[in-house]
Amino acid sequence: MMTKRIIPCLDVKEGRVVKGIQFVELRDAGDPVELARVYDEQGADELVFLDISASVEGRKTMVDVVQAVASELAIPFTVGGGINALDDMKRILRAGADKVSLNTAAVNNPDLINEGAAFFGSQCIVIAIDAKYDDSIGTWRVYTHGGRTPTDRTVIDWAKEAVERGAGEILLTSMDEDGSKQGFDIALTKAVGEAVSVPIIASGGAGGAEHFLDVFTEAKADAALAASIFHYKETGVGEVKQFLRNAEVNVR
Amino acid sequence: MIGIIDYGMGNLFSVSKALERIGIPYIISESPEELNNTKGVILPGVGAFKDAMARLREKELDQFIHQYVDSGRPLLGICLGMQLLFEESEENGQFQGLGLLKGRIIRIPDRDADGGRLKVPHMGWNKLHFHQEAPVLEGIEDGYVYFVHSYYADGVGEQALLASAEYGVHVPAVVGQGNVSGMQFHPEKSSATGMQLLTNFAKAMERSEDML
Repeated sequence: MMTKRIIPCLDVKEGRVVKGIQFVELRDAGDPVELARVYDEQGADELVFLDISASVEGRKTMVDVVQAVASELAIPFTVGGGINALDDMKRILRAGADKVSLNTAAVNNPDLINEGAAFFGSQCIVIAIDAKYDDSIGTWRVYTHGGRTPTDRTVIDWAKEAVERGAGEILLTSMDEDGSKQGFDIALTKAVGEAVSVPIIASGGAGGAEHFLDVFTEAKADAALAASIFHYKETGVGEVKQFLRNAEVNVR
Repeated sequence: MIGIIDYGMGNLFSVSKALERIGIPYIISESPEELNNTKGVILPGVGAFKDAMARLREKELDQFIHQYVDSGRPLLGICLGMQLLFEESEENGQFQGLGLLKGRIIRIPDRDADGGRLKVPHMGWNKLHFHQEAPVLEGIEDGYVYFVHSYYADGVGEQALLASAEYGVHVPAVVGQGNVSGMQFHPEKSSATGMQLLTNFAKAMERSEDML
């Protein structure tokens, strides 16, 4: 039986982790490698690094970060942000990342998914979707540019197309729940999970261990991602896993 | 010294970094002459079976691997590298493998025995079930390892099946016979358990050296 995966997400800007992560035992809370190691020790199953650098220089630094993390850690990790072309994917994957995540670039140029999957295999290509419910169309709408730009695509159709084009996994963020700490978006996660045959990583809304249980049992997510509750030590990866184990959810 | 066979298929970086972390010296090479100066070799691999076999033949690494195994030194295939050890594969056609182990590579069914939907690729952490004791499995207690694959080895002989994982079917996860062994998952991405497995392979290499 596969285990459900718990994935901390780290925002990296110009090679440094941002969002004031609170680990007192750390010498340098901005060092991506040191934080990655802490999460590995806590039992994280995978990590996601989101490059939010605005500059070309920052983007180059990300390759060094990827190399350093890959040298130090023996768990899989995904890198997203700033990946706009096959060459960007090559740079990041050859530096040692296991997967790349595409968001806006894939919506603007869906062929990028086909190219990446053909070159590296579907298992390397994660499609990140920012979803927001839209009453006027009665379903979820895809947003790009970090949630700032609405598109004319619905989440369900886009997820299906992305998978047909070769996406190996969907990282699904609920903009409605993101930051709410009220729990993952069960309806959204369930709907997308039923529409496609690849693993779904639920994201947005985690406020406590019980929310992970809900998204795994009710929405059948394969993995769940969270940032702030882990960074601010509201709960630990180990605690979430223990809670899940007690509820008879299969975790590592 | 371990040799990592470089035939243009796969993430050699992760494997080599994992060896560095556990303190095992290695070389990465596509040259049979260079690889022949090692005490054990790893055949990594990500991608399609057909392309992988074509590249091995092109570089005459298939003959090298057979000679290496005949010399009694240990060989470890990882992921696609493990699949190549078998007789044949049905991935995108019908293709011959190295034939070092009995069995064929077939696609993971997308339904389990109860008709429930299975996602393919089999991607993520799954538990190892041990079938017999083997040096490579020494000290492995909490056996969760990281898998990414869509095909698996069917018809593996009982003697060669060391550990498996459940995913609708019994997925052979660790196979081994004589000095030939394989891991369907990625030990280099499987945290402490994976590091232990690689350490065990290195120890087996030292032991086989004593026997030679």
